[in-house]
Amino acid sequence: MAQHTLIALLQDRAGVLHRTVTLLRRRGFNIASLAVGRSEVPGISRMTLVVDATDASQVVMQLDRLVEVIGVTDVTNERAVQRETALAKIVSSPKRLAELVDIVAGHGARVLDLTEEELIVQITDTPERVEEFITLIRPEGLAELMRTGRLAMMRGRTPAKLEAPAHYRAQADGAPHDEEAAA
Amino acid sequence: MSPIATGSTDNRTTAHPAPPARDASPATRTGAQVMCEALIRENASVMFGIPGGCIMPFYHAMWEYREKLRHVLCRHEQGAGHAAEGYARATGQVGVCIGTSGPGATNLVTPIADAWMDGTPLVAITGQVPSALLGTDAFQETDITGITVPITKHNFLVSDPTELPRVFREAFHIARSGRPGPVLIDITKDAQLARFVPDWDAPMDLPGYRPTTPRDEVDQRAIRAAAQLLQSARRPVILAGNGVIQAGATRELRAFAEQTGIPVITTLHGLGAMPHDHPLALGMPGMHGWVHVNRAIQACDVLLNIGSRFDDRVTGKASTFAPNARIIHIDIDVAEIGKLVRTDVGIVADARLALRALAVAVAVGSVAPRQGWLHEILAMRDEHQPRQGYTRRERTAPLMPHDVFDAMNDAFRGRSDWRVVSDVGQHQMWAAQLLDWSRPRTHITSGGAGTMGFSLPAAMGAAIADPEKTVWVVVGDGGFQMTSCELATIAQEGLTNVKVAVINNGYLGMVRQWQQLFEGKRYSGTPLTGPDFAKLAEAHGLRGIRVEDAADTHAAIAAAWAHDGCVVIDFRVEREANVFPMVPAGRAIGDMMMAAPAAASVVPSSPTKV
Repeated sequence: MAQHTLIALLQDRAGVLHRTVTLLRRRGFNIASLAVGRSEVPGISRMTLVVDATDASQVVMQLDRLVEVIGVTDVTNERAVQRETALAKIVSSPKRLAELVDIVAGHGARVLDLTEEELIVQITDTPERVEEFITLIRPEGLAELMRTGRLAMMRGRTPAKLEAPAHYRAQADGAPHDEEAAA
Repeated sequence: MSPIATGSTDNRTTAHPAPPARDASPATRTGAQVMCEALIRENASVMFGIPGGCIMPFYHAMWEYREKLRHVLCRHEQGAGHAAEGYARATGQVGVCIGTSGPGATNLVTPIADAWMDGTPLVAITGQVPSALLGTDAFQETDITGITVPITKHNFLVSDPTELPRVFREAFHIARSGRPGPVLIDITKDAQLARFVPDWDAPMDLPGYRPTTPRDEVDQRAIRAAAQLLQSARRPVILAGNGVIQAGATRELRAFAEQTGIPVITTLHGLGAMPHDHPLALGMPGMHGWVHVNRAIQACDVLLNIGSRFDDRVTGKASTFAPNARIIHIDIDVAEIGKLVRTDVGIVADARLALRALAVAVAVGSVAPRQGWLHEILAMRDEHQPRQGYTRRERTAPLMPHDVFDAMNDAFRGRSDWRVVSDVGQHQMWAAQLLDWSRPRTHITSGGAGTMGFSLPAAMGAAIADPEKTVWVVVGDGGFQMTSCELATIAQEGLTNVKVAVINNGYLGMVRQWQQLFEGKRYSGTPLTGPDFAKLAEAHGLRGIRVEDAADTHAAIAAAWAHDGCVVIDFRVEREANVFPMVPAGRAIGDMMMAAPAAASVVPSSPTKV
């Protein structure tokens, strides 16, 4: 089954993630990854969602029915950048760990911590290359893995349906932000 | 006491003192008072509910507003919810039901789910434990907003009382716009008790809610594409559903059918959208649809669906539905288009607007000749008439279910002061098939959810909404026993315009029919006893009549209609009558059973009713 990457704009309200996940579960769509956080506008969240589906149009329409979902777009075939971050802990001999520091650096990963027993590295790259990196380090004593889920952003101008509503933007530009919507 | 903003009539002395004003400002209200005033502002005038600890402040306040807000005390919150649904379905207005926290709220879950499936505008108000106790498993605490997420259009948990004016506006707006549906507002007890100056001008904040409205323009390109398909069609049919009734588009539907000569099929919730005796009216399709209707669908070359969501009870196995047809689908909800049946032209619009636009577009070009098509369908109908499975016969005992419906038709003929609310099961299908539906909003039933116990409380709501019309409840003995406690509500409210016809066969009849046809007559869990329903009515101070002979049906119905009060007629019908035609679940709708096969039973029939 194909994977589709969706970007959604949400009102940042208690329960909105619950509504989104409940809907996907109920309609039988499998979530491959989910990343959500506050957007550039207070009171508004952005979400990147990866679902397993041959046709994502039903996912998009059903998500769009949710009152707190402002807009959804399937960016799978759009000009979008996609990235994922992973943290990995590798437990090995001091000698091998020292060698691994160079190997992971060659793959663009950053070393966050190095001791006699373990190495913690961070990689941020396309989902495919993160996958390749994990395959590479797995036999090296991969003890712990933490991934963010996919993040996506469309190139060029933000499509209208993924733009924060005017009154939220106005509030963001103005003086002290009213925290009500972000509660 | 502080004056009430809604007018001098509310500002009166009562036996119940108003809460003492702790704030000198005349604009100050309690959250509970704001809830009442918000309801009045939304034109709600009747509420169905049951009080309890966490909703008591609201009940305390509603006493002050009782001339504008009528409260009907029901016997179970499920009844309150269905009553609000019946009110909504009879009028098109938003129905309002109330429950307290915990079990009061969970008892509303079934009617909320029912309203969700059938697109019924409903606002459910529930009390919630004080905000300081939220999440602590407090007495009568239930996460009702969490529970109802998948069965509401939206829901709100309000612990900040200043949000109440905005939340009520948003809730009613969401419930009644687009594809209507249920919205739940859960309000903590402290929010109901808090005093503040309400901001009635607080704007709605629903940037993600963009329902299709009757003011939105219809996509002209789609309309032209649909018109072209319809003009060139040789064997077109219209499938009219609930959306036609909800949009108030029955006149437009009839005009369009007459203009184009296209025959009209009406779904369970579309019944009444076309007069039954109109030359182009074909009747109901689907699992218990007529033979000629299902065959017309399977043979048509263009199918115009207006406001039906292609429920599996209509389509049978969806991949085999209307195999030769191009499909045009008009729906107010974009997510319905292409959800179940491949669609060639989708039109997201209010049904009335779309029909008007289509009528203009079709008028421009010529229409292919299609008289032969209608004759072909009518010939199929005549071949299977009369009654396609129900043989006309002498009216002698034993009483057959369809004798009751014949008698009801005789009583209804020439009158327009009636509605029917049916329950769920065999009697529901007989009523849909056999009664002469002619006007919208006269047939109210639980379609999508199939909720047994729906009919009596829903009829109560419809009877209160429109006291000029007599509401006939058609219910089985199984469904009746699920909510018959609402007879007490009917008695307490003095509702004289509810008449109940219990089609009593001593079985959960539809399940028994499936067991007979598909499970070798293993009548597991379906034989059913019950009280003497006539005596049950009398125990409530109502009138009861028992009918066991076909010869007595007309007199009983006439007596019930003439009686100035609620009447329950216990029709003791033939126990093992079946609903035909029938399409077995999961099969193509052309694949119809017309009678029970003579096949042997593997399990003997169950003991008779005591």
